[in-house]
Amino acid sequence: MHLIRLVDVHKAFNGLRVLDGLNLTVQQGEITVILGRSGTGKSVLLKHLIGLIRPDRGQVLLKGVDLARLPERELFSVRKRFGYLFQHGALLDSLTIGQNIAFPLQEHTSWPRSQIEEVVTTKLAQVSLPGVEHKMPSELSGGMQKRAALARALALDPEIMLFDEPTTGLDPITTTTIRQLIAETVRGLKLTAVVISHDIELALALADVIAFLHQGKILTQESPVSFQLSPLPEVQQFLKGEPD
Amino acid sequence: MMFARLLARLGDLFLGLLRELGEMAMLLVNCLLWLPRPPYRIRHFFGQLEFIGVRSLFIVALTGLFSGMVLALQAYYGFRKFGGESLLGGAVALSMTREIGPVLTSLMVTARAGSAMAAELGTMRVTEQVDALLAMAVHPVHYLALPRVLSGLIMVPLLTVVDVFIGILGGYFVGVMLLGINPGTYMQKMVEMVVASDLYNGLFKSMVFGLLLALISCHQGLKARGGAQGVGLVTTRAVVYSAVAILIVDYMLTALLF
Repeated sequence: MHLIRLVDVHKAFNGLRVLDGLNLTVQQGEITVILGRSGTGKSVLLKHLIGLIRPDRGQVLLKGVDLARLPERELFSVRKRFGYLFQHGALLDSLTIGQNIAFPLQEHTSWPRSQIEEVVTTKLAQVSLPGVEHKMPSELSGGMQKRAALARALALDPEIMLFDEPTTGLDPITTTTIRQLIAETVRGLKLTAVVISHDIELALALADVIAFLHQGKILTQESPVSFQLSPLPEVQQFLKGEPD
Repeated sequence: MMFARLLARLGDLFLGLLRELGEMAMLLVNCLLWLPRPPYRIRHFFGQLEFIGVRSLFIVALTGLFSGMVLALQAYYGFRKFGGESLLGGAVALSMTREIGPVLTSLMVTARAGSAMAAELGTMRVTEQVDALLAMAVHPVHYLALPRVLSGLIMVPLLTVVDVFIGILGGYFVGVMLLGINPGTYMQKMVEMVVASDLYNGLFKSMVFGLLLALISCHQGLKARGGAQGVGLVTTRAVVYSAVAILIVDYMLTALLF
């Protein structure tokens, strides 16, 4: 079943076309990895999925509802169904890790403090980061910040997880840890996930479907096995890492 | 050709100014729209009151003290030329309540807290923390701008009271203790010359300045783009725009109120 569908999405910034008639479908319960070279608009695409950026033209359908035309207030209630892991974590640096994870719960639930603290502890354990509630984000390494940010993204038990370059800038061991963590979390909680990356290994290990973004369009959307065998020269160039 | 280019440049500047003013008006409207909506985040709001108000107290008091002292000194030399030294108390108090207090306090808060606001929000913008707030269904105007704008509105007048009080004390010290003016005359002229409306209007001015500096600083911070350079740019702009706006609005309000 289609959970998210992007139809003929166009987006330009200062005359520079970033998305140019893009079409994409995301099936419920699947992990869709969007691969593409740096600067092809992957982050812009991901931000369209929760209305952080609205398209100039086209539709962003979530279960048939067009987010591109949704009033801001309704868009805010839609966003509570998403968890978003930003490239560098984007933890609020004036709050402790515990306060960061508690933040969406304090904002959107009327739970008592003890219950929120319990959820914070559970979520931190879920991302294998126990006992860091009182640390500030700047006291954690990049990988730990990403895990804490994942815990925050999971705080409201979202249906859909969006990952923006989850392994960029991490060492190989932390990359593998984060990759496993994403797989365990998404599969374990039966979430739908959209991951954008240029990490081919991540895509092959994680994806149910790989979509390839090139010059503002999704060139192909297929299983990891058939993606590797794709006859498209752009895909093969990307897979082999051949320069232009 | 050169004239046409100059005109085009002026037109661009004017349009840019209009755009900035429009965006700030929208930010103010957004703040007002979010004001009654829960959650109220009292602790967060008190944190901003403390940051803008309590932590500016020392620098505002220091500025007030020396501005009152220098005012007394300068006015004394002027008044002495026609034997009007007895007016010193009134002149210092009037200048402090009407003009120096509100303007200097606002400029000091701009330099200390306005720049910090712009830099903090700018850093949050470029490190995607503002996007993270939006992704968590929390509006940045509600969470970031509103408590700062409200705090500016409340704390700048309170700081102005402190500034004026200490400025008058400083003026008294110079006038009475150093220059030998009769303390009774000094106080009497002050009470005679300053009326309640001077105080109210001075405080009203400082409320407007507080609102302006917080709005401008938040607006600039939330507009930051790029990296460290972008944050530096909006911080500079926040301070320069706030200072210029305070001085222009000061003239307008003085013409209207007094």
